[in-house]
Order: sequence, then C-alpha cells, then structure tokens
Amino acid sequence: MRRMLFVLPLLIFAGVAYTQCAGCPEEELDGGCENPEPCGDCFILSLTAEDAPNDAGGNIEIAWTVATTDAIPDSMLLERLDSSGEWIPISTLSPIDGSKTDANLIDGSEYSYRIVPFYSGNAETASEAVSSIPQKQWMHTGRIGMLITLVIISIVIFYYIDQGKRGKDLYIRRIAGLTAVEDAVGRATEMGRPVLYIPGIMDMDDIQTIASMVILGRVAIKTAEYGSPLLVPTCRSVVMSVAQEIVKESYLQVGRPDAYNRESINYITDDQFGYAAGVDGIMVREKPAAIFMLGTFYAESLILAETGRSVGAIQIAGTAMPSQIPFFIAACDYTLIGEELFAASAYLSKEPKLLGSLRGQDMAKLFFMIVIVIGVLSATLGQVWEPVAKIADFLKTITTVE
Amino acid sequence: MRLVIPLMITFVAGMIMILQFFVPATQSMGESLQEWYMIVASAAIFLGAINLLNVHIHKIRFKAKNWKYSPVTIAGFAVMIITGLFLGIEPGRPFDFMFTQMMVPMGATMFSLLAFFVASAAFRAFRANNWRATLLLVSAFVVMLGRVPIGAMIWSKIPGISEWIMQVPNLAGQRAVMIGAAMGMVATSLRMIFGIERSYLGGAD
Repeated sequence: MRRMLFVLPLLIFAGVAYTQCAGCPEEELDGGCENPEPCGDCFILSLTAEDAPNDAGGNIEIAWTVATTDAIPDSMLLERLDSSGEWIPISTLSPIDGSKTDANLIDGSEYSYRIVPFYSGNAETASEAVSSIPQKQWMHTGRIGMLITLVIISIVIFYYIDQGKRGKDLYIRRIAGLTAVEDAVGRATEMGRPVLYIPGIMDMDDIQTIASMVILGRVAIKTAEYGSPLLVPTCRSVVMSVAQEIVKESYLQVGRPDAYNRESINYITDDQFGYAAGVDGIMVREKPAAIFMLGTFYAESLILAETGRSVGAIQIAGTAMPSQIPFFIAACDYTLIGEELFAASAYLSKEPKLLGSLRGQDMAKLFFMIVIVIGVLSATLGQVWEPVAKIADFLKTITTVE
Repeated sequence: MRLVIPLMITFVAGMIMILQFFVPATQSMGESLQEWYMIVASAAIFLGAINLLNVHIHKIRFKAKNWKYSPVTIAGFAVMIITGLFLGIEPGRPFDFMFTQMMVPMGATMFSLLAFFVASAAFRAFRANNWRATLLLVSAFVVMLGRVPIGAMIWSKIPGISEWIMQVPNLAGQRAVMIGAAMGMVATSLRMIFGIERSYLGGAD
C-alpha cells in the first residue's frame, strides 16, 4: 500500500506533464515543451511605415521584425485602416521578418497599418498601429551624383560647341573607318554595284540605332552624289519608316529626288536569325561593293560580316556592343569602336559646331580618366593611410547610380 | 517651320526623358511617352508587312532579278498569317507546329553557322603577322586552353591564367569601350535634343 502511495504522485505529475505538452512538436518532447501562451503584440517586435523613397508617390513601405523565442503564429495579416475607421486586410504574411510596399495610395493622405497574428485560425492581439503619408519626391537622392556628372559633361560639350561656332580650330583625331566612307561609296560606283547599309537589329528606341540613322543620312548623301544604288534592309518597321524618310531627305538635299527608290529600303523580319538569313541572301545575290554595318548587333554580327567578306565587299562596321567588336575587327576592313559610332555623323559633316561637340566629348572622357586614376590611387593608398580612402569613398558615392 | 516643329518635339520628348530619370514625380510622363512609342511601333508592324508584300509583288510583276524567290516569301507569309488568324496559335495548332518545327530549327541552323564563321575569322585574326597579332594569338590560345579540361591537365595554373586574362585586361578593355560609348551616347543625345544635330531632318547645314 505504501508503494502505491509513492506511485500516485508520480501518476499525477505525468498527467500534468502530458496535458502541458499536448500539441507540442515531437522533437521538443524529449527536451521538455514550454508551450508558451500565444501573444500577438509581443511576437511582433517592431512595425514601421514610411513613405517610399525616390518614387513618384502613392507608395508606403511597411517593414516588420518578429520575435524568435515566443510562440510562432500560423500566419499574420497586414491590415490598413480605411476612411470609415475599419481595418481592412491587404496582405497575408509569413511569420518572419519582412517588408512590403503598399502601392496605389493617395498622396498626402495618412494611412495606418497593423499586423494581426493568427494562432490556429484565431486572431490574437494586433500590433501597435503605425502611420505614414505617401508623397512624391522631386529629386532622386541616389542620382544626384549622376546629375552633377551630366551637368559637367554638358558644360564641357557646350563650351566646345561654342568654340567651334566661333571658328576656333579644333583638333579632331583621324578616324580611319570614317575617312574610308567616301572611298567605299566611290568604289561601289566604279564597280557598278550597290551599297548595302545594315542599321543593326534594334528598334528606334536604341541610341545606337538613332546614331546609325544619322550616319545613314550622310552615306545617302554620298550615294546620291555618286549615283550608286543604296540598299537598306531593316529588322524593325519603325526603323524602315525612319530610314525611308532620312534617305529621301538626303536625296532631296543634293537635288537627286529622281534617284531615290523607296523600295530599296525594305523590311525583312523582326526575327534575329531570319534577318541575318535575309541579309546574307541580299549580299550573295546583289554582291554589294560596300557594306556598312552600323548599329546594335548581337550574335548575327559575324554571320553578316563573314558573308560580306566572302562576296568581296569593302566593309565598315561600328557598334558599341563590346562583345561584338572583336568579330567586326576580325572580319571587316574598318571598325568604329564604341564612341566612334556616335562621333561618325559629326566627323562626316565637318560642321564646326558638331566637331566642337566631338572635342567636348573627348574632354569629358579625359575628365573621367582623371577621376578614375584619382579613384584607383586613393583606394590603393587608402589601404595604408585612411584619410585618403575617404576620397575614394566620395568618388564611389557620386559615381554610383541607384 | 518645317524644322521648328520636329525640333521642338525632339526637345520636349528628350527633356521629359531626362527629367523623369532625376525627378521621380515626373516618372508618369516618361512612362506615357514610352507607351506612345509602343503604340507607334505596333502600328508600324502593318507598315512593315505592307512593305514586304509590296516589294515582292513588285518583283514578281516586273520579273525583276531573282523574282523566283518572292512567291516563296509571299506564300510563307500568307500561310503563317492565315493559320494564325483562323486556326489559333495554341500548342498543337498548325501555326505552332510550323513555328516550332520550321522557324525554330531554321533559326538554330543560322546560329550554328556561327561556329564555322568563328573558325574562319579566327584563322585570319590569329595569324602572327606582328607582335600585337602574336600577343592576341597567345592570349586566345591560353584562354581557350583554360576553358577545357585538358588545359588543367597540361598545367594546373592554365585555368587561373585564363580567368585572369578574361577578368583583368579583357574586362578593363570592355569597360573602356563602355565608358567611351556612354560619353558618345550623352553627346549624341545632347546634340539631338538641343537641335545641334539635325541631319536626320534633312537640314544638316
């Protein structure tokens, strides 16, 4: 009987322990389960609502952190207080740290938010409500450095344009590829073969295509003067329309509207390799004496350049795509590398103010070269002498764009 | 007046695009302009299609040089449009079949030609005519060797050297091109926005 009295407290203790550990994860049974009481407001450690930075308004960024030691809710609900004073759910959240942007809000109105944790489907005490007012920003703080840089470049370019206008002699380095344009068109005229102009495969919203169209105008003037047929197969309908107008204007400018053939500037296809196949076909059939490949090119660059080479054409290529430049260098007679593509129109025009802009472009590049050298030196010396590192940090800040 | 209106449109559109980059409050204007461009580009697709038909019908009509290719182009164009419009473009439909079984393989064929063109271009580019071409040849040889298992088998440091060539001198060169191109883009944009470059309007001089 005494033994039975000893067992009774043990049974009571076991029963209490079992009740407390009901619903406790299997792995926690060995180490003892605490099974804390659900606590909504103490689970959410922080909740913040702030106007989204550098945006056009209408956005509030909500961020929250949660405790890791308390009872974890099954889910959480982010709620917003509406104008009638009711909390309306806007998003279901996982019970972890996170952030969310509430969009399409009215600028200048105050919005309040809270998070409600749910345990076994039951809502517990909500977090403290936080408020913010969405507003549009009038300056992107992450782009101020770039704005300063752009202003400096613009001032330099406009200064040299003004110098050009005043008739100051500006030295512009010789670009072999552009000097050869006239020779290439002349060669085509002598051989009685057409000139083929390929403006790349991108649309008119690409700056390289725009630069290419400007150069096309200059080339078209030459073909009009020499009387050579000009073929312009395009990959985009808008490019075709723009090219037709530009070539027409060039022919009108030199008084040869009769020589303008609208159908020689035609659309082939938007498909990259379909276009390459089509242009290759034109090269093989028409055997142009001069081929210009100026604009944005991707994998089709070498396919076009090698086919052009196989038909014996003099080839002048130009692109700002670093990955395609080696292909053009290997397969073409002349290659305009990067900036030279953008300099081509001004170079060919020989107009003083356009040449001034080229000079300004070179000076702006010199400015950046100096900045890069200072940055590299200060970052390197900053490893041994900390004050110098601040110069590198400053340069990094003003040249970083968000 | 013939030049003033296009120049004003260019100036306003260009300034809006610059402004919306630095002033978030004006982003909606930039987005609207981009939407307008998309509408114009979509409408221009019809121009392209009409031009394609016009050019090839003209060739057939006047029996121009190589006119025999034109019926094939027109037939392909018509078949794709008719099947797409009337039978749908869902998987399993004739349009989808022609696209996946004809268009895609033909595109892949063109792309695969690149391998042969790379070989012929490399043969010319890597001829050791002078010290620069020789340097190019040697560095290309090391890079190629470092990218295949046999490179590491010959000497364990070849992949590292290959990676260094790609990440240091090659990347430096690429960045130089990109910085120069960025300067060119800024200068070209300024020339066009402020009407300094107007050759595209036919009024260069």
